[in-house]
Amino acid sequence: MGNFYRDNDDIQFLFQHINLGQLASVIEEDFRFGGRFDYAPDNAEEAVQNYDMVLEALGELSADFIAPRAEDVDREGNTLNEDGTVTRAQGMAEALEKLAQAQVMGFTLPYRFGGLNFPNLTYSIATEIISRADASLMNVFGLQGIAETINSFASEEIKQEYLPPFAEGKVTGAMVLTEPDAGSDLQAVKLKAFQDDEGNWFLHGVKRFITNGCGDVLLVLSRSEPDRAGGLGLSLFVCEPGPTVHIRRLEDKLGIHGSPTCEIFFDNTPCRLIGERKRGLAPYVATLMNGARIGIAAQSMGIAEAAHRIARDYAASRRQFGVAIEKLPAVRDMLIDMKIAIEAGRALLYDTSRVVDLAVGYNKRVEENPPEDKAELKELKNLARTYKRYAGLLTPMSKYFCSEMCNTVAYDAIQVLGGSGYMRDYASERYARDARITTIYEGTSQLQIVAAVRGVCSGTLEKYLAELTALEYDADVKDLLDTLAEGTEQLKAAIEFTKDKGNDYMDLYGRALTDVAIDLIIGYLFCGQASTKVTLEVPVAPNGSPDNGPTIPMKQRKAMMARRYVEKNAPKIKALTELICQGDRSTFSDYEALIGPVPEL
Amino acid sequence: MAYHCVVLAKQVPDTQRITGQVMNDDGTVNRAALPAIFNPEDLNALELALEIKDRFGGRVTVVTMGLPGATRILRESLYRGADEAILVTDRRCAASDTLATSYILSCAVKKLDYDLVLCGRQAIDGDTAQVGPQLAEKLDLPQITYVEALEALEGKEITARRNIGNGWQRVKAKLPVLLTVVGDANAPRVAAAKQLMKYKKARTRLEAADEIRAMNPDAVEAEMAELIATRCEALEAKGLLIKHWDLDHLEADLSWCGRNGSPTKVHRIQSVILAAKESKDVEPTDAGLAGMIHELIQDKIIA
Repeated sequence: MGNFYRDNDDIQFLFQHINLGQLASVIEEDFRFGGRFDYAPDNAEEAVQNYDMVLEALGELSADFIAPRAEDVDREGNTLNEDGTVTRAQGMAEALEKLAQAQVMGFTLPYRFGGLNFPNLTYSIATEIISRADASLMNVFGLQGIAETINSFASEEIKQEYLPPFAEGKVTGAMVLTEPDAGSDLQAVKLKAFQDDEGNWFLHGVKRFITNGCGDVLLVLSRSEPDRAGGLGLSLFVCEPGPTVHIRRLEDKLGIHGSPTCEIFFDNTPCRLIGERKRGLAPYVATLMNGARIGIAAQSMGIAEAAHRIARDYAASRRQFGVAIEKLPAVRDMLIDMKIAIEAGRALLYDTSRVVDLAVGYNKRVEENPPEDKAELKELKNLARTYKRYAGLLTPMSKYFCSEMCNTVAYDAIQVLGGSGYMRDYASERYARDARITTIYEGTSQLQIVAAVRGVCSGTLEKYLAELTALEYDADVKDLLDTLAEGTEQLKAAIEFTKDKGNDYMDLYGRALTDVAIDLIIGYLFCGQASTKVTLEVPVAPNGSPDNGPTIPMKQRKAMMARRYVEKNAPKIKALTELICQGDRSTFSDYEALIGPVPEL
Repeated sequence: MAYHCVVLAKQVPDTQRITGQVMNDDGTVNRAALPAIFNPEDLNALELALEIKDRFGGRVTVVTMGLPGATRILRESLYRGADEAILVTDRRCAASDTLATSYILSCAVKKLDYDLVLCGRQAIDGDTAQVGPQLAEKLDLPQITYVEALEALEGKEITARRNIGNGWQRVKAKLPVLLTVVGDANAPRVAAAKQLMKYKKARTRLEAADEIRAMNPDAVEAEMAELIATRCEALEAKGLLIKHWDLDHLEADLSWCGRNGSPTKVHRIQSVILAAKESKDVEPTDAGLAGMIHELIQDKIIA
């Protein structure tokens, strides 16, 4: 009997460290649902207890049911049948049935549709736990943003029709966006949406690389305004599989084999409009993708956690040169760096999720239940706007950092296992294959940087860092805060330098600017964790356990982690900011000469 | 057609976690030192009942006999999808062996309308596998033991596959019927979110009373009784009052209950300590393997 929630001391710590009660009050709209739904909480304490109990059940399901099936799911993959239907791997189908029984397929949906009305933060935790068991299962479990999009933008009629079956786990969905010529650039979407004389909508055209395209509810981005190029010609539609929806192909992929990736031909498929015309890309799909990016960040966390655990275990038991290989400096350094990178990603992702929850929660109150007092309303609007900006900065940062991090960790995990890690006898090679897509889909790392660097340079980062600086910290981390303040000044100088050089220069050094910004944010978050009021004892190596082994306070471990993280990154920040300020533009001026002609293949 | 399934469950010490520290000097297990869990095969029985409900409709009622603390597994049953839970607890049940236990449970089940009674094959503390079959006799029901798959349920007829160790049998029976279910039958579902959120507040009258007493240490007896009654009414109105039945409610014959009703006498307890002593090399040849298998059969390790 394992439990992927209980056995993760960092998640256990963060669950207590982050003020979940505050989030609960915002999400539960001051607990006004308690009397109306028999499972809604009456107060913050009860809400937090609910989160904990549900995550515990998911942790059990992940460890005992999902994880043992992951290898077979990877080998088996999906099958496209002659009649155009798709058969999932057996373990995947069984896992989806168990998830439906566990009533967790409407994690963030409102109570009135049978959802749990849980915060995004808890959904991120859940997604991480599930992904640790089987990364490819996340591609269905983590698609709840589809229902969320219907909830946010569709008519009441469409909501009533689709949301209850989503929450019951009776249907799964797909975000049908990508086309052969419209990948990162969704403004180029061509799939045609047209109306008959009676005003009924139909879809015609091809979509490709559609995750779970064989699902029951398809949200399709398509061109409803044939005369209008770009994003403003696009609308969002919902349709269901039927005789006019043809799955033409399943992709043969490197990883996440349990997740079916479909090419779909829509042959005059009847569909219904979501919300208003021309708003398909912005704001509908943009909102959907922001949620999905957090989902991918959480998926990345799960893969990294799984990869690190297998490496940690192997390094302790594999003996070479007469010792366990974890005694070798190069190996133990790698293991520690992996561990710190994971906790760094988790700190960033969970704070991002918290910020998103507050942005959504405050905005909802402004729109649905505004306070009568004018000053109070103004304050609330300010909060909603501020958190929305933070979310816009942190979401692409989390997606970028966590996905890159999980690739590094999965790569290093194979390195620790050596030749064994390269073989299919161990799961490490599966983790590396599953990890590889995370920096690509839902917007590549390069595009996350384009989105993030604008917030870095616009003043949003400065404001968010100022908020972090203003928190209370222990005296023990004072010197680290000074180092971080110094790094912040170096970054500010680099930002000023960049702004003078124009947008193309900002994009050229976007990665360096974003890396520095992320390092600073995580530095502060770690210092915050090192100053926690939470008392939690965690075991240390070897053979430690909370019951009978040597333990230390988590606070102490976090202090060590914060020190190592901030001190090791300080020279990196200095180097990167100096690099930015060198003003080198050879990428633009010397490209043709440096790269040579396009090779003949 | 919808079916009413009654599941009998037991709270047991988690014997998989037995270490030297939880053994008493006389070789018995110190139950207080072990976590109390839902008997694993009873979870399989519950899962089978829930699958029947999912497929055919109907209700699932879970009954446990045990100390008041066993209410925990009743709440766990509600989390998983049971519709009703009943605690049978009474000091006069203490020291019941399988005969007395099956008698008391039969009195409880007789109070219910049922189509199927489902039990785990055996509990991991006693490992007797006797209560299910004894109960079937007392209820005068056909029984299918060691069920590993439900093959069909049509009208008033059930077909089940039973694992008989070295093979299987397909058995048909008329309802009502009693099944004992083995661990291979299914993978029990976990607690469902909405039921967790709702039923975490479910209490028996005993628990509600304990909580009221703890919250109002200074209240006088009459006041206390009223507070408890109010609390229980509120719980009942929300469907959160777990039923508590005692032997009076069951109209049980006390001479069949507890120590009086238990003919089992423990003859002797032997403390067996298994320790690895020596290893033996087996040659990777047909002769070597045959020798090893022969030895294992002689030692009754395999049959």
